[in-house]
Amino acid sequence: MAIATALPHELEPVAGAPMSYWRTVAWRLAHDRMTLVAGSALALIVLSAVLAPWLAPYDPNAGSIRLRLAPVGAPAHILGTDEQGRDMLSRLLWGGRMTLVAALTPVLIGFVLGTGLGVLAGYVGGLTNTLVMRTMDIFYAFPAVLLAIAISGALGPGLPNTLISLSIVFVPRVVRVAESATVQVKGLEYIAAARASGAGVGAIMRHHLFANVLGPILVFASTQVSLSIILAAGLSFLGLGVTPPAAEWGLMLNTLRQSIYVNAVVPALPGLAIFVTSMAFNLLSDGLRDAMEIRA
Amino acid sequence: MRKHFPLRGGVLQRAYGWVRAVDGVSFDVYPTETLGIVGESGCGKSTLARLLLRLIEPDAGSLTFGGEDVRGASRPRMKRLRRDMQLVFQDPYASLNPRLTMEDAVAFSLLVHGTPRGEARELARALLGRVGLDPRLYGRRYSHELSGGQRQRVNIARALVLDPKLLVLDEPVSALDKSVQAQVLNLLQDLKVERALTYVFISHDLNVIEYVSSRVLVMYLGEVVEAGTADALAQSPKHPYTQALFASAPSMDPDRRMDRPPLAGDPPNAIDPPSGCRFRTRCAFAMPRCGDAPPPLRPVGATHEVACYLYEADAAEVARRR
Repeated sequence: MAIATALPHELEPVAGAPMSYWRTVAWRLAHDRMTLVAGSALALIVLSAVLAPWLAPYDPNAGSIRLRLAPVGAPAHILGTDEQGRDMLSRLLWGGRMTLVAALTPVLIGFVLGTGLGVLAGYVGGLTNTLVMRTMDIFYAFPAVLLAIAISGALGPGLPNTLISLSIVFVPRVVRVAESATVQVKGLEYIAAARASGAGVGAIMRHHLFANVLGPILVFASTQVSLSIILAAGLSFLGLGVTPPAAEWGLMLNTLRQSIYVNAVVPALPGLAIFVTSMAFNLLSDGLRDAMEIRA
Repeated sequence: MRKHFPLRGGVLQRAYGWVRAVDGVSFDVYPTETLGIVGESGCGKSTLARLLLRLIEPDAGSLTFGGEDVRGASRPRMKRLRRDMQLVFQDPYASLNPRLTMEDAVAFSLLVHGTPRGEARELARALLGRVGLDPRLYGRRYSHELSGGQRQRVNIARALVLDPKLLVLDEPVSALDKSVQAQVLNLLQDLKVERALTYVFISHDLNVIEYVSSRVLVMYLGEVVEAGTADALAQSPKHPYTQALFASAPSMDPDRRMDRPPLAGDPPNAIDPPSGCRFRTRCAFAMPRCGDAPPPLRPVGATHEVACYLYEADAAEVARRR
């Protein structure tokens, strides 16, 4: 009988057996509705930020005294104008550029540096571990917002200084996650087995360590993006981040806040943009965590 | 051989004590034999296994493999030596990388030693077949898709792929069901004959040890208390600890069931072991002199050694006849 000769795994239609790990993850992500919605929203936001120079109907910094605080839906200004009469839609598009750069870069720097330092500290152990981890603890002892404000305050306003201060916030956080994941994996017997087969440190790290610690670190880093957006916007709000007249969501929120009694909707728009973007990142990282879980 | 683990604490990580995990253990393993090592949990069996493969460095002692000094071997020399001695681990769940397919897990050791990728994968698949896992079915699977017994087969394949001479098996079947244990033990026996392997078989299970071993070492708290052929030990266990171990194996005969366990309590702490004979605190025959100095391991028969003052007369007799 032809049916009986089929190998069992050929009868399994699900994403189970013979698929590589990352393909399984991609498959799961593509079948998770919430993640898809969050991902699409994010793609839209990023795309609109990237294409801002072509999409924006007006110069984001050109204002008009006559047209200040036009309401949402005003003729020629769909999302109204701000307190200097600048077009809100254009400023939101341009502001997304600035906000995303200010928020994503520190997390990326934190991810790369933090993973390197954390894996090193975890794998080498001993004095190296003590030195690295206790140094990180010093930074970790300060609340994130306070640390960012303190460093930005010391360095002065401007985008590069914002990036530096936020990176200093995120590196220690990633280091801690990377170190604990590495210590946990290092103690497992498959690492000992690889050592027993004569593999050097490099080969063990490449084939056995990184593949197993990168997942948790990646998920953690993605959860930090929303925090980073809020911190970057917060620094601008306090006047420590991006300098006016550049458009940035946090800065827009700051300059518009006095107008909230004149027009309540327009000042809320940058806040809404921050909320939606950080929410989308949070949902995406949730989906990523679920998809990267190893299920028995 | 000796291994004391430091207990570290405080900011400066200074050692404030030592766990005497393995203390003065010395033995030979002969080609193609199976040396069984038995003892309670925590007696230093796994530490010994890792010492044998130089996964951890001993504090003192020597380690020779086929006339070659393992302890002093240089890095490239050690890498070559590692081909000849491999380890099978106890925990089938922690011993396989969850991100590698089974054929990649087995092939990894070959890649480390410079075998081309295609050839390594081919060898790995052949070996998976030999340990009873159809490579077409299991080669591309991940460890979480396999049962404990299947994983242990992969572990065995991984250990064998470098074609070693010595295989150290650290409780290879303890985590498996009884029926699967038997299958894996039989597979190990077949492979041993087929490839002329030498086994150091570590277990806490006397039945398993008796079944597979030609010679047996009994360990207690980091020391060897008795050594001999499996038959000699089973027929006339000498050391009170070995006797207690044999007596505590449950009997199938309902009339011979015991009311009290022959060995009560836990072994003492290896940080601060008792003076003299380490077993004296739980020994029914302890004498005042047992606390003075540890009894040396002395022959009490042609193939039988014991470290106990009760057999001084026998040991003297054997020594006189030689």
